Amino acid sequence: MDNQPLIQPNLSHEKKATSMLDLLAIKAWFMPHRILLIVITLGSIAGLVNNLSWYWIPEYQDAILEGLWRTLILLVTSFITGFLIAIPIGLVQVTGPSFLAKLALSFCTLIRGTPLLLQIWLLYYGVGSIFPEIDWLRESFLWPYLTDAWPYAFIALTLSVAAYEGEIMRGAFAGVPKGELEAAKAFGMPPFKILSRIWLPRAIQRTLPVIGGEVILQLKATPLVATITLIDTYAVFSKIRQETYIVYEPLLLMTGIYLSLAGIIALLFHYLEKRNGAR
Amino acid sequence: MFIDYQSMSVWQLLAFEAPGWGGTLLSGLLLSLEIAILGFLFGLVIGFFGALGKLGKSIVCRDLWSCYTTVVRAIPELVLILLIYFALPNLLNSLLSLVGISNIEINGFIAGVLVISFVQGAYATEVVRSAMLAIPAGQIEAAHAFAMPKYKILYRISLPAMLPHALPGLSNLWLIATKDTALLAVVGFTELTLAARQAAGATKEQLLFLTVAGGLYLCISLVSDALFKYFIRRSNKGQIHG
Repeated sequence: MDNQPLIQPNLSHEKKATSMLDLLAIKAWFMPHRILLIVITLGSIAGLVNNLSWYWIPEYQDAILEGLWRTLILLVTSFITGFLIAIPIGLVQVTGPSFLAKLALSFCTLIRGTPLLLQIWLLYYGVGSIFPEIDWLRESFLWPYLTDAWPYAFIALTLSVAAYEGEIMRGAFAGVPKGELEAAKAFGMPPFKILSRIWLPRAIQRTLPVIGGEVILQLKATPLVATITLIDTYAVFSKIRQETYIVYEPLLLMTGIYLSLAGIIALLFHYLEKRNGAR
Repeated sequence: MFIDYQSMSVWQLLAFEAPGWGGTLLSGLLLSLEIAILGFLFGLVIGFFGALGKLGKSIVCRDLWSCYTTVVRAIPELVLILLIYFALPNLLNSLLSLVGISNIEINGFIAGVLVISFVQGAYATEVVRSAMLAIPAGQIEAAHAFAMPKYKILYRISLPAMLPHALPGLSNLWLIATKDTALLAVVGFTELTLAARQAAGATKEQLLFLTVAGGLYLCISLVSDALFKYFIRRSNKGQIHG
């Protein structure tokens, strides 16, 4: 009870400071050159909307939304799966037996050292060309999946996330202060509980500032799946350009869509980081 | 002319002479490397000026550079390639026709270099900027105390002092540049990835050629990683590590 008055003024002081910062941030938008820049941007957007031809949008509206949906599904599923694989990949490099650590390291080097486009093609055209030669596979229930582009795109994107995030998780696991782990051990926690209660949450907390950027990088990688016949946002707009012979407009709208997606992701992670970030 | 690829051995397929596709792969590799090197260097130049602009006194300049780095880092490289490959020539031609100059064409090579330096510039700006911020203020102040003019401080103190801090980021950027060249395959430019795909398509040996191309990329990555590690160790010599 004694220390309550000590804490409370601190809290209110902090609150005041943040609201002051917010005020400053809002004020910063109204500096004269920024107003000019915003006006120029809005003006050029209005000019683009007015002067270019957008008659094709209603016709392709559904296709665009479907492509967008596919991009998002691919992004979310591949990132989550990849991240789940990245956790053990990072962990064994910090604490695992040396042969597993070496295996994880060479996996990361292999994936990070080659272009994603090549990996996608290698999986789809290369590995995919072996399957038809195996007879029993053609009759098995797996066959419809193996002839579809989805699994290849998903696996390639997932492996890429696993390798890049594995590297980040390695650093994050290694960066958790030793004292915290020792304290957990002193409380008699079994190793797995230390991992799930202390080590992993603290490591993920440390990666939060980076992960937003990584998700955006992954978003930027998803258009590559269009090269193996998957109809994502990028592929839909390529189709529109081929069918309508319009050069600029679809490209501009697509750029706008990717920009706003990246912006939303950045805001989302900014919010997450603000709520549970490490100081 | 019909060539029976099915009966050829791996080494015959990869031979440098005509029935083999090794020569195509190698020239693709060279093109990839050329584009990556040029793009990386131009990107560095952009990044250097970007960092100066972002750290400079002019708020307008700072905001404009921030816009550039934010926007470029948010758009997929593939979309940027399309924009520069298809939209830029049209735009340039319509501008140039106003002045009355005949049409120009942007070939795959120039477009590739443009895209990669444009993207690299945005990332390099951040790398160089944070490296410059990492220079101890005392060093710049000491230079000021010796009455060094601004540009002399820049190339005598800031640049050399910044380099050790920038090298790890630059090494990463170079690796990204080499991998980004593969994206030019999508617009039909025969660099290593597309060369491998063409060879694979002609010979029906998909796995072989794509794996070989992957191995070549991996070699580039490993060699440049080793080189950069050597330079980083060299530049860290005599530095105090806290």
